[in-house]
Amino acid sequence: MGQRVAIVGAGMTKFVRRAQETGKELAFHATRMALDSCEMNLDQIDAVCLGTAPDTFDGVHMKGEYLSDGAGAWGKPYMRCYVGGGTGVFSVIQGWYHIASGLCDTCLVVCEEKMSSYQPHAQAAFLTIFDHTTERPLKPNLLWIFAMEMNRYMTTYGLRKEDIVQVAVKNKRNALDHPCAQIAKAVTAEDILNSEVLAWPVQRLDVSPVSDGAVALVLASESIARKVTDKPVWIEGVGWSLDTAYWTNRDLCYPRYVEEAARMAYTMAGVTDPRHQIHIAEPYDPFDYKELHHMEGLMLCGKGEAPQMTVDGITQRDGELPVCPSGGLLGVGNPIAAAGLMKVAELFWQLRGEAGKRQVSRKVKRGVAQAWGDLMQVGTVVVVGI
Amino acid sequence: MRAKAGVKQTPEIQYAGTGLSSKDFKEGKILCTRWTADAKYAWDAGIAIGKYLAGFKAGKILGVRCIKCGRTMVPPRAFCEWCFKTVDSWVQLRNTGIVNTFSLCYVTWDVKRVKKPEISAVIEIDGASKGMGIMHLLGEVDPNKVRIGMKVKAIWKPAAEREGAITDIKYWKPY
Amino acid sequence: MSERVAIIGIGATQFRSITPDVSYKELMFEAAVKAYEDAGINPRKDVDTFVTCAEDYIEGTSIFDEYVPDQLGAVLKPMHTIPGEGLHGIATAFLQIKTGRFGIAVVEAHSKASNLMTPDGIAACAQDPVYTRPLRLNSHFIAGLEMNRFCHATGITRDQCGRVVIKNRGNALNNPLAGRAALVSLGDFCSCEPVSCPLTELDIAHPVDGAVVVVLASEAKARALSKNPVWITGVGWCNGSPNLEARDWVAVNYCTRAAEMAFRMAGITAPRNELDFAEIDDTYSYKELQHLSALRFCGPSEAGHWVESGVTTTTGEFPVNPSGGALGMGHMYEATGLARLYCAVEQLRGTAGKAQLKKASRCLVQGWRGVPTASTAVAILST
Repeated sequence: MGQRVAIVGAGMTKFVRRAQETGKELAFHATRMALDSCEMNLDQIDAVCLGTAPDTFDGVHMKGEYLSDGAGAWGKPYMRCYVGGGTGVFSVIQGWYHIASGLCDTCLVVCEEKMSSYQPHAQAAFLTIFDHTTERPLKPNLLWIFAMEMNRYMTTYGLRKEDIVQVAVKNKRNALDHPCAQIAKAVTAEDILNSEVLAWPVQRLDVSPVSDGAVALVLASESIARKVTDKPVWIEGVGWSLDTAYWTNRDLCYPRYVEEAARMAYTMAGVTDPRHQIHIAEPYDPFDYKELHHMEGLMLCGKGEAPQMTVDGITQRDGELPVCPSGGLLGVGNPIAAAGLMKVAELFWQLRGEAGKRQVSRKVKRGVAQAWGDLMQVGTVVVVGI
Repeated sequence: MRAKAGVKQTPEIQYAGTGLSSKDFKEGKILCTRWTADAKYAWDAGIAIGKYLAGFKAGKILGVRCIKCGRTMVPPRAFCEWCFKTVDSWVQLRNTGIVNTFSLCYVTWDVKRVKKPEISAVIEIDGASKGMGIMHLLGEVDPNKVRIGMKVKAIWKPAAEREGAITDIKYWKPY
Repeated sequence: MSERVAIIGIGATQFRSITPDVSYKELMFEAAVKAYEDAGINPRKDVDTFVTCAEDYIEGTSIFDEYVPDQLGAVLKPMHTIPGEGLHGIATAFLQIKTGRFGIAVVEAHSKASNLMTPDGIAACAQDPVYTRPLRLNSHFIAGLEMNRFCHATGITRDQCGRVVIKNRGNALNNPLAGRAALVSLGDFCSCEPVSCPLTELDIAHPVDGAVVVVLASEAKARALSKNPVWITGVGWCNGSPNLEARDWVAVNYCTRAAEMAFRMAGITAPRNELDFAEIDDTYSYKELQHLSALRFCGPSEAGHWVESGVTTTTGEFPVNPSGGALGMGHMYEATGLARLYCAVEQLRGTAGKAQLKKASRCLVQGWRGVPTASTAVAILST
């Protein structure tokens, strides 16, 4: 069924609060690095897939076309995909179906975000994600919905904030070993619990930052991948699922859409027991509770059990199931689509044993990356393996 | 192309990306162009939301019912998304509900800090199927006393001030 | 490559300048119900993947796919946005089915153009923020520049461009969906105010509201479900330079590359002889002529003679936009290419009514994303 698809190269820029480089330039640097990493050039690329989140950040309408030359897409089959925060991982799925279809043998996957262009603060741009008639007149802040989701999650399962913040402690510390990290820091649970309350139960240090940055991968069919590298990382399964727009009609305590996406990806990958067959995970962590929520949706633990797993140290780099060894969005930064793709890049480096100081202790052969977005509504999942 | 193990991702690799500070802008070290988008819209409310808004003006919360799955839904919609069919009837819901979840928000939508929190909530509306909520605000309540499961009722604007908008309900308060 | 891919269902609303009676969700729901009925499927059970083609700035909502799954029957199913032409969406569904893992795919695109209070201001946001926007020019200036250079280099005349408008808006008189049908004469252009000389108001396809939904299926599913599948034998898409400064204004190479990709896939070597008609982008009058040569149907200056001598009329040797095109049906942003495709499928099925061509078994459909882009998608359809 379709031809096998491998990741053969990866590149990224630093994640920073405000980059001097334009969006096109960020995309260029990540793309150039990804091509160099597998000693390929643009002439060998059949198609380009681009992921980037809301146009309102950059203030550029039809942002895909605008970024195209930076992403190496001049004169090539080129499309942009878009599922809000789920875009970064989805872009790999887009690259996958370009090649698995048999239409292409190589594909560049590029994700860029330049959130700093929006003035004075990117958060205000998020007002426009709400329903224009039934919600925007209430002047919601983006944080509302996440705080309400976190509250529902905590209350349903009787979870303690002290346990949840361990995710932020872990990820920010993991990021100290990431050369591209924006907000890596050794912080304690007390620091987080004492940080400014933004929208209770969400506090300043529970949240990932606003970032600029880009990440790129090179994907290839089996025949090309074997020529380019002796360490291809195979895309074994992909899945995505979008839940109803009526988010106030759903129980926010559990991300069912992530489970649906994970089931689709696991079925394709032949994963029947994710707790044992997945060795490393990069779930989406724009807030600390989200990593936990997503571990549960990915069926890496039971519902409401992820906080205890974190407290027990299982998700540390030297633990049984390393989770966000990159440092995640909480530590490396959150240039939305690029942050999602960074997670797949991290698995690529980890599975090849090239993650440097971030390399996890146990031998890892299969990993899962996941992103999430829209109105707490979409799950995008990729399973990779060697 | 030739066999290649790939470049080791080690700290000596130079990553692109130059971080700037606000100071760089203030001191004019960085040039930039500015643009305020002229993007204005007037969205047609349509059949379902149009009637929902008319209900607000009349001081009523309206929902729709799907006979097939038996759900009474709010906000109303012209179709049942589960059964993929047009909805069957309109139902007037009650002015009361239960807090499904809430947040105490100290930052406004445009990132201004406030001392007294805005209390956003998902409120399950009485008369609709279980779990059917809408997003709105809570008021006349001590932020520290808000709880999930709390019973609340809609506080409407006076009829003369209502305009057929979600804001015709000022907020919800415990009862 | 495994199975072939077919179109087994199409649905569309009327295309009208305003649609105050329905919301965008209700507009899309209508097109979706019609398409599923046409295909004989239940979206909740039968569809494996959904694609919507939309741009946030056009919707006035960021992350627009949030508001799409419900009215398409896509809740808790694979669904995503392609911010591209509806035909990019068709190419996406085609790729997904070709992986062998999806049996039925749905593509949606729509326009609620009437809800845009400042369409020119929104269009300006697509210009390069550093190089172009500070000039504060209406985006149609890009079409004006291109038309001027294109006509200068090819010898195509103002009148020949006008004849495209006369033909397409006239064709639309036979298309019950069309929102911009009219009888236009060359004389009308003399009194028409220029927008960006030589481009006039009459040369521009004006926006309308509407929605189109298309159901695609793998060969196995198509054979099981459909009596009259229309096969997609080739798809191609390509992107040129986003920089106005670096463009070839005469030969739009990206369009040629997209067509060549599709022709290669479909095994077509002589498009003019192997295809019966074409439904192509005519966002501006001159674009139909420019695209005709870029798509390899004729030489660069030949297109002008074609339209003048009636080759491209519905009774001509090679009908172009028998539906009325965007000039006659109205421009629907991302749904414009899907409207072309919808009408092409009706022709191939022989259900185009008064617009039905005598010979319609193979055709090309093309969409362009409009100014300031150099982005196009092509599909080859066959009975």
